[in-house]
Amino acid sequence: MKKFDKDRLLLGIAAPVLAIVVAFLVTALVLAATGKEPFSAFGIMFDYGLKADSQVYILNKGTTYYLAGLAVAVGFRMNLFNIGVDGQYRLAAFFAAALGGALTLPGVLQIPLIILTAMIVGAMWAGIAGVLKVTRGVSEVVSTIMLNAIATAIIGYLLQQGRLGHLDQAGTKISTKPIPESSHFFEIPTTPTPIWGFIVIAALAGVAYWFVLSRTRFGFDLRTVGQSGSAAQASGVNVKKMVVTSMVISGAMAGLIGMPTLLNDSYEYSGDFPIGIGFTGIAIALLGRNHPVGIALGALLWGFLERGTGKLEFEGYDKEIVGVIQGVIVLCVVIAYEVVRRYGIKRQQSKVGEELAAQARNSDQQEVSA
Amino acid sequence: MRRVSKITAACAVAAALALTATSCGESSTESSDSEGKLKVGMAYDVGGRGDNSFNDSAARGLDKAKADLGAETKELTAKSGETPADREQRLTSLAEGGYNPVIGVGFAYSDAIAKVAKSHPDTTFGLIDSVSDAKNVASIVFTEEQGSYLAGVAAALKSKDGQVGFIGGVDLPLIKKFAAGFQQGVTDTDPKAKVQIQYLSTGSDLSGFGSPDKGKAAAKGMLDKGADVIFAAAGGSGAGAIEAVAGKKGAWSIGVDSDQAKDPALSKYSETIMTSVVKNVDSGVFDLIKSVDEGKPLSGTQSYSLAEDGVSLTTTGGHLSDIQAKIDEAKKKIVDGSIKVKTTT
Repeated sequence: MKKFDKDRLLLGIAAPVLAIVVAFLVTALVLAATGKEPFSAFGIMFDYGLKADSQVYILNKGTTYYLAGLAVAVGFRMNLFNIGVDGQYRLAAFFAAALGGALTLPGVLQIPLIILTAMIVGAMWAGIAGVLKVTRGVSEVVSTIMLNAIATAIIGYLLQQGRLGHLDQAGTKISTKPIPESSHFFEIPTTPTPIWGFIVIAALAGVAYWFVLSRTRFGFDLRTVGQSGSAAQASGVNVKKMVVTSMVISGAMAGLIGMPTLLNDSYEYSGDFPIGIGFTGIAIALLGRNHPVGIALGALLWGFLERGTGKLEFEGYDKEIVGVIQGVIVLCVVIAYEVVRRYGIKRQQSKVGEELAAQARNSDQQEVSA
Repeated sequence: MRRVSKITAACAVAAALALTATSCGESSTESSDSEGKLKVGMAYDVGGRGDNSFNDSAARGLDKAKADLGAETKELTAKSGETPADREQRLTSLAEGGYNPVIGVGFAYSDAIAKVAKSHPDTTFGLIDSVSDAKNVASIVFTEEQGSYLAGVAAALKSKDGQVGFIGGVDLPLIKKFAAGFQQGVTDTDPKAKVQIQYLSTGSDLSGFGSPDKGKAAAKGMLDKGADVIFAAAGGSGAGAIEAVAGKKGAWSIGVDSDQAKDPALSKYSETIMTSVVKNVDSGVFDLIKSVDEGKPLSGTQSYSLAEDGVSLTTTGGHLSDIQAKIDEAKKKIVDGSIKVKTTT
């Protein structure tokens, strides 16, 4: 039994490694096709990506991406495809920013309040999709993607002067009121730029994700429903309740995505608040196989690739090349997992077959000798 | 047991990363100066060179500096979905690379420039469409509302029954400046005229700047309601509006940012493009680069208004010649201050 686990672990690692290697090979071909020397490009990326300030950048980016990956993974474990993480985190960050700008409480009170607001808004927004699914049978894929568009419209409507928006002195940038300095999140001082303190919260969220899913009855129920709804129902799990609850948890987690940027970087929500991270989260959750450590590695890889692009562009490469790498990695991951899974099953079958054959031979011999 | 060891491994990796981040002090941006040579760093907004609009007009200024002043250039472009930290990083890498001036194209760079300018006091920064207080930043702003006011005057004079339309790409404050000026120009000229205002997308959904189909649908709707002059300040979506207007006899369109009657893709509609409201970002960019080259870098707010032709109406096709006198009169009044153009609707 123990041996089998080790095999599974090896196979688990084989898939992403295979995917990344193939992705880099494909990218090398693309680079070569555009008439650029591929290996110097990778050289630049690695060289630059391992510098001190690049590491800080990667950790900071990774913090956001990790939370996005977790939010999506909660849904995935339940067999729910929460495409709406994107709208959930933007709406959450927007309301949290508006509240944070309006209040001037001491930081110890206000920071938790801002984070809590974001989680509640994200949870409620995702909850709509959950309720629609269990009461009306609306696919969460459709409802969450619609809710993304609605979230954009709501923010667009409220982020206007005279509502929750506030014009800068040049009259060109509109944002929520900046959050007072006392409510900025702590930073870990490193040179040349500090690491965002929110990385601690992200790590705690990862631990909580792991604990709840694999060490509690709730997590067991959730995974069971994900594997087979009818089987879970038969064994007494309230599937409908689980669907809504896991959407709500996914949404609450999504609410955290905007917080590193809001509390450690921008301190306000403006038109240029990062968008599309919810979709990045899907790729990262896939890459990390919904495992908290895997997601962390995926998030860091993503940050590394983005860091590398800036430098590649500076060196005269097309900046689109990282988009190619990222896309190819996701494709390769999906394919590699399937390939490795089939290989694993085949191996297991042949092993079992061999054992059975050996047993049969043994019993034959025994019969003969008897 | 296996779980625990995995967690330990993860912790170790994280700790190692954090340690290397703190300890090994080598930074990626060790400066490599080459004194004396004019090196210009441009950081474009999303879309970059080739957007046929705002970024391209900045690029024209850069190209002129390359040709006239022999400047060495480096151009970087923003990606959609990036954070303020990404923009800071872009500007920092240019500044540390010895580029001076470093120009941020678009108001999205305002916070990033404020921060980076402080840590690089010897570099001159240019900020387009926004204002910064830092000493080594030249804020290059345009009075879009004034150019749009003149377009409004022209629209009111050319419209047969006083029904005109304004299509904004996204309901950003910058685009609202266009709308405000246009509306005021129309109603000042013809108090009975009606202006329909429509935006193609809202907030962070910037698709309104790049969807000719949306521009076309909006323009068609306005034409059906009786509008016969339509001003589209909508980036790439404007092409759709211009196309729709060309389909209605006697209707006029007004372009934006560059002379759209000369745009190769739109020149077939040039007979119906009355004029374009041009924002001369290129001269702003060139003036700044030149000032640095001459050793007298500009700083503070450089306003490019109607008075110094920072914004203007194009006259390609001569469609304005019959009303030019009235436009010049309005221009004079704006320049001497007797007309104050609003910046918000």
